[in-house]
This record gives sequence, C-alpha cells and structure tokens, in this order.
Amino acid sequence: MLKFTLAKLARALLTILLVMSFAFIVLRLSGDPAQIMLGPDAPQDAVDAFRARWGLDDPLWQQYLAYLKQIMTFDFGISMRDQSPAIDLVLDRIPATLALTIPALLLKIAIGIPAGIYAALHRESIADRGVIMFAIFGFTIPSFVLGLVLVLIFAVTLGWLPAGGQDGWEYAILPIATMSIGGIGIFARFTRSAMIEVLGQPYIRTAMAKGLPWREVVWKHALPNAAVPIVTLLGFMVGALIAGAVVVESIFSWPGIGRLIVVSVANRDLAVVQCILLVIAASMVMANLLVDFAYGVLDPRLRHGHAAH
Amino acid sequence: MSALLQAKGLIQQYSTAKTFLGKTSTMRAVDGINLTVREGEILGIVGESGSGKSTLGRLLLGLESPFKGKILYRGHPMPEPRTAAWRKLRAEMQLIFQDPLSALDRRLTVSAQIGEPLEIHGLAAGSERAERVAELIAKVGLRQDQAGSYPHELSGGQRQRVVIARALASNPRFLVCDEPVSALDVSIQAQVVNLLRDLQDREGLTMVFISHDLKVVRNICDRVAVMYLGRIVEEASSDALFSDPRHPYTRALVSSVPKIGAGLHGRIILQGEPPNPAARPSGCAFHPRCRFADADCAATIPELERHDGRLAACRKLRHTLRPAA
Amino acid sequence: MPFVSVRDLKVAFDGVQVLHGIDLDIGRGEAVGLVGESGCGKSVTWLAALGLLPGKAKVSGSVTVDGQELIGASPRRIEAVRGAKIAMIFQDPSSALNPVHRVGRQICENLRLHRGLRGDAARAEAIRLMDIVGIPSANTRFDLYPHEFSGGQCQRVLIAMALAGAPDLLIADEPTTALDATIQAQILDLLSNLRRQTGMAMVFISHDLGAVSTVCDRAAVMYAGRIIEANDISQLFAAPRHPYTRGLFDAIPYLDAGRARLSLIPGTVPDPRHLPQGCAFAPRCARAGDLCRDYQPELKEQAGTGLTACFHPIPTGSASRQEVFA
Repeated sequence: MLKFTLAKLARALLTILLVMSFAFIVLRLSGDPAQIMLGPDAPQDAVDAFRARWGLDDPLWQQYLAYLKQIMTFDFGISMRDQSPAIDLVLDRIPATLALTIPALLLKIAIGIPAGIYAALHRESIADRGVIMFAIFGFTIPSFVLGLVLVLIFAVTLGWLPAGGQDGWEYAILPIATMSIGGIGIFARFTRSAMIEVLGQPYIRTAMAKGLPWREVVWKHALPNAAVPIVTLLGFMVGALIAGAVVVESIFSWPGIGRLIVVSVANRDLAVVQCILLVIAASMVMANLLVDFAYGVLDPRLRHGHAAH
Repeated sequence: MSALLQAKGLIQQYSTAKTFLGKTSTMRAVDGINLTVREGEILGIVGESGSGKSTLGRLLLGLESPFKGKILYRGHPMPEPRTAAWRKLRAEMQLIFQDPLSALDRRLTVSAQIGEPLEIHGLAAGSERAERVAELIAKVGLRQDQAGSYPHELSGGQRQRVVIARALASNPRFLVCDEPVSALDVSIQAQVVNLLRDLQDREGLTMVFISHDLKVVRNICDRVAVMYLGRIVEEASSDALFSDPRHPYTRALVSSVPKIGAGLHGRIILQGEPPNPAARPSGCAFHPRCRFADADCAATIPELERHDGRLAACRKLRHTLRPAA
Repeated sequence: MPFVSVRDLKVAFDGVQVLHGIDLDIGRGEAVGLVGESGCGKSVTWLAALGLLPGKAKVSGSVTVDGQELIGASPRRIEAVRGAKIAMIFQDPSSALNPVHRVGRQICENLRLHRGLRGDAARAEAIRLMDIVGIPSANTRFDLYPHEFSGGQCQRVLIAMALAGAPDLLIADEPTTALDATIQAQILDLLSNLRRQTGMAMVFISHDLGAVSTVCDRAAVMYAGRIIEANDISQLFAAPRHPYTRGLFDAIPYLDAGRARLSLIPGTVPDPRHLPQGCAFAPRCARAGDLCRDYQPELKEQAGTGLTACFHPIPTGSASRQEVFA
C-alpha cells in the first residue's frame, strides 16, 4: 500500500514536471517578451539590456536548467512587469477565484446529483425529460454566451444585479450562476446514467428480492455503486477549481487567476504564466490523487495491495 | 490415421498483477502438454474454468507462441505469428468461439460476412464469389433468403451457422471450436452439433472441440483429453473415457453430470474450489480435492502415462485405484 | 390449499405479451422444476409474481401466497413476502451480490429484516448460516467482499442469505448454469440437502433437464410463454406426451449414449412479437394438424398422465429414448 502511494506520488511529480517543461518551451517559442514589454519602438540597447537582465540571451537549454534549479528551491521567479515575486501575485488572486468556483461547485453538487438521482428513479417522467433538457442546454451553451445573456437580462434589462467588478457579494451572483448552470447539467446527466446503469445490475434485484424497502435499495445498494463514476467527475471539477474560471472572470471583470493569466500571457510575463501553470497543474494532480484514494474507499475491488482470491 | 498436429512440451505463461514498480508474477495457463491431433478426428478438450483449455486452443492454432515447447503442423514447425508463412496458414485453420454475435461484424450482411475471407485470401471474386457464398450458406443450413440479413436479425443458432460458414470459406482443414454451443439453447445446440459432425464426415475436417459440457463432448468427439490446471490428466477415446473414467478427477467430472432419473445418489461430489492457476498446488495439482491423495501426490507431479492401455496422470492408478470395469 | 397459487398470470413488455396465462400450484415442501429454453417465460413467471420486473412490465392475473394476493398488492405487502415467505437465488452469483458491501453484512441485512437480529447476534447467526451452506472458515470470511469469493461460493452466500429469512419457498433461477461441472454438483447437493433439512418448498428453474430431474418431485415444461406439459418427474421423463417435451429430451446428448446422431427440433423458438396462430409449437411440430394451426390447445389432464396442452399428444405406449438407452 505504501509502495503504491509512493509510486502515485512519483507519477504526480513527473506530470507536474512535464507540464512545466512544456509551458517553458512553448512560451519561449511564441514571441519575444522584450519586444512585447518594451513595445515595437523601443531602442535596441534597451531591448538588449532587458534581455540580459532576464537571461533571455542564454541558449534555451541553459535557461531551462536555470529555471529547474530555481523551482527546486521554491523560487518561482520575478514578474517582468511588476518586479515582484510571481508567486505572491498568484497567491493574491487565488481567493477571488475560489470565491467563485467553490460556491459554484457546491451548487453543481447540491442540485446536479439529486436531480440526476431523481431523474433515474423516475425514468421517462416529465421531471426526467426536464432534467435531460436542462442538462443538454447547460452543457451545450458556451459560458461566454450564457454569461452575456445573464448580464443582458439581470443587469442591463432588469437592473437587479451588477454587470461586473468585485464590490460585494451581489457581484458574485451572476458569475457563479454562469459557471454552475453547465456543471449542474453535467452532474445531473452523469448521475442519471450512473444510477440507471446500477439499477439494472443483478445485485439490485437481489436486494429487492430480500424484501428491502425500495428506499433502502436505492440508498444502501444503488448509490454507493453509482458513486464511483460520479467521483471521477467530481475529481475533474475539483481539479478545475483554480483554472476553470478564465472565461467567466473575463466577462465579469473579476480579479481572479483567470484574469491574471490572460493579462500575463498577453504581456509574455514568463515567470507569472509559469507560476500559474504550476499551481494549476499541482491542483489537477492533487485532485487526481484524491480521486484515486476515493476509489479505494468506495469500491473494494479497486483497493490495492488486495489480491483477488 | 496420421497426425495433423502435434504439440510437444507446450508451456504458456502470462504475467499477472503488474505492480507499479515493475514486479510481475507469472501464471502458467498451460503447463507441459504433449498432444497429437489426428487427421480427420474430432478431439475433445474438457476442463473447468482455469484449466487452460482455451489457451491450449489458441496455441494449437498458432494464434500465440508458446513460452516453451513446439507445435508441428503436418510435420513442420508452426511459423511465428504475423509472418508471411503464418498468414498463409490462416486459410487452413480457423477458430469458432462461443459468442457468435461478438464474432460477427454487425454492419455486414450475412453474405458479406461469409464472403470476406474469400477476399482476404484472394480465393474468389465476382460471380464466382457469389456462387461460393451461396454454396456455403447451403452447406451450414441457412436459407438463401437470409443472405441479406444482418446479424441482429438472426437467432443465436443462425448466427453460429454464419460464423461456421465464414470459417469454412477458406476451405480450412483444421477447426478449433471453443465452446461453440454453450450459449445456445438445447434444441439449437443439437442443430449445430449435428452440423459440425456432418462437416467432419463429408469434408474430412479435423477439429478440436473445447467445452465444459461433457454431454456434448461425449456426443461429438472421437477422442477426449481432460485438463486440470494446465495439464492433461487423462486422454482416451470418447467411449472409453466416459464409460470407464480412470483418473479420480475424470471420475468426479463424469459423475457430476446429472443423469435423468438417476437422482443424486452415488455421485462423487468433489469438495473444494475450482482450480486457480495463480495458486497452483504442489505435486499433482488435483491432490487437495482428491480423496485418494497421499503425501507422495503432494510432492511429485505425475506424468501422463499408460495404465492398462489407458493414458492417465495419476500415481494411484497402479495400486489403489483398480479399473472400475 | 396450495402454498402458492398462480392463476392466469400474464406479462407484457411494451405491448408484447411474453406470458400468456400461467396456472401453477406449489404445495408446501414440494420441489417443482420449471423447464424450457431461453425466452419461454420460466423466470419471468416468478419475477412477475414477486413484483421484481421493471416498471414497464404489465402484469395481470393472480398469485396468492397463503391465500394472500400479490398482484396489485401494495409495495409493503409484497416486501413482507419477499425474502420471508419466498426467497430467490439467481443465475450469475458473482454479480448478484453487491460488490461494495462485505458478504457478512449482506447476510446480516436479511437477518435484520426478517428476524430482527442486529449486531453480534446477527453476526453469529450469519456465520452459522455460512457454515451450513459450506463456506469454510466462515468466521474470517464474514468480512470479505464478493470479489474475494469464487462463483460457487458466491452462490453459497446467496443461499445463506435466502435461508436467513427461513422462507417457505425458495425460487432457484438457473442456480448452477454459470458454474463449473464439479461446482454445479456441489450446489445441487447442497440445495437438496437443505430442502430435506428445512422442509421448504422449491421451484427449480433450469434448462438442464438432468439437474431438474435430480432435485424435483414434478416439473412443468414451458414454451413461448405457456406451460405445455406438467407431470411427476418420473412420468414426465419416462413418457413425455407433448411433442415439444419429447423433442427437447431427444435433442439432449446423453453421457451413456455414444456418438448417435442427435435428433432435433427443426426451426427456432418463435419471436414473441409474431407468434403463430394456434399452438405456438405447431410450425415446428411433426404431429401438427389443421386444428393445431388454428386453435390454442388448453392445458388439461390426459387420461391420468399429467397435464398436456396438445391436440395430438404422443401416445403413452411409444418408447422414449430414455428407455432405449436405459
């Protein structure tokens, strides 16, 4: 079991390293930070000084090794724009993002999963059809369209809610709604099909043949089995807590990680972009580890160090 | 009868349970098998799950290479999989297995399924191909008007006929049938069994018939080999094996088939679990479930050898176990 | 009065009728076989009786247990019968147990429902039941999960679960089909021993005529959603009267019969959506006449030799294969 955990961790670190290396190379091949930071009309000596200051003259592999060495000592570099440590800029923005994504995730779970269960238990009822239609609507409509439509209705036409900015809880309502509607649909759809699959299994018939009341059949026998696929989706959503708000933050001018990454990429602020990607990769990998752990808790067949027969 | 296929010292093992850090354990599916398939016979291979009978079937067809040992087909070594010589042999040997629906392409009509091997092996084209397909459809007892049907429009027995017709398209000399009738209902099972026997009689096909259903094996096979945990424990003519089984395992197996009107009396009920190839007992693999076993049996693996003119692998046959008849 | 009485039981799925009026009585302590090929309705009969079919199934007719009607009864009334008066075990034991719960817990669930046992008392009783059905070292295996058991042992666990409610009737739906030959023999042995010890009645659903003949007192043969013949085991096997029953018996190879060519029933089982008019077996039957193609024969007494639904039953004198090879 310990060996298994260590192996998982090693693989997680490797994933992060790969993401970092990929980001490092792509960023450096996609445009010269000196040109972008200083503008097209900057004098040559200013450009040269800038390049020397940030080590952009060294061969790529030297820059890469230097970067790795830096990372090892938990030094994530200095923002070219603000001259402050990149990690501070990133950490500053995380609470704002989480203030949107965590309530949105809770809404997705609290509404999506029960709706999916209800739909599965009342197949082909009006409620079931309603859930399916809402789900299709939720995940086919892009969030930038949905966000703008919500702004148009609730901010522009009705004037009930602010259209953008961050100046109190009411500013968070439209972004959270925009983010959660699609996710509720996905959760409902996913839960519904997981439940329908489980309800068709022979062990459900066994549980009914025992004389268990239907409610207990659903709660004790169907739900624990349906939880495995749902947890997979949940893991994915948890992993996206930090990275999942780029579009919505831009629409609503919300000062979170999403906004920061858009601005930093535009400016080729290498250290900041790399730092954000590192945080995102780390959160995804963590979520994956949690999912793996949850699998073992939920399904004994997926427990490791457990020989079958 | 001359030997069509000979297996010598066949061993096949698979790695199981790969742990992340690269440690693997191996499991022997086939553990030292010598077997001759004679031209024109139907050889039955019986055994419970985990006995390695399906693996043996795939080895005999050359679909996988053995870990050790060799297979001679018409006296020549079986070529390595996916070589030119191997591909040429494919037309001559075919596999028919249990689930006909998964063996068929559900988007192709019956005639397209049957005609496919003709194309692959470049055997017939155009009107000649259509003629050949019609002939095969007739041969397996399908109606000509079913040529345009899709697999899902057919019953289980009809599907298995399509699979057999397709297998026959390339004029094979050797068929391995792996549980070909196990998924079929009794009345349909009889139809397919009779069809296979007709093919043997009329076309002189050689077959290996793998099944856990002893009644069907009894009916269709000339000779039978009984497998237990990757080894053959008894081999005899079908008549001899079923009327007078020698090996304690064969006796229990034959006795376990419920006989109409005989009740449960006098049946040998084996205790214990079916064999697990991942945890092979020492010595004779059957010894933990055998009521005749002693310390010797747990220590030495018995060889398949002649006792009173019969091939069996049991140390007890010489003294303790006298022939029943 | 019989313990269970089925009258004119009909089932339809999406407007397709699959059960065309089943009449069947099960007496206390009796073992009855239900024989037939897949799709003939032998399992559906009992799933319908216990309300275990999916919601889209339309069930009509009557099933009474101790005089109490089940068809159309409230869920609570049916739940009180399931597991307590009538228990059921199924074909594929490994998937019939819930993979995420410990085996012992699944047995204890029955004990809580039907005998009010909880905690240590339930555990002790569950272990006793596991012992009875022949699971070695039940004490330690109590806490294992179904995937840690072989198929045969999963079936033993299911049998232990069934016994937990001390049922009057056990429905065994193809309990040995998915198991290896030697394990089949073990389970058949176990079932008939348990029946002898507990005196419970049993319905044994199977396509394996040999297995049915070894554990049952009488049997009913089904074809296309109807019972077409019913009789005592010995009479049924010695002298089948319905041509389908006879054909079924003849199609089975026998271990002691050599390499004789199998006689067979031509054609296939009819599609329930397009059943022929008259007797559903008529198109495959050598004895069928015009009457058979126009009218459905009733299941009725044939001169003291059980019930047969046939206008032209096989005369009692004709030798069956059973006698030829005996």
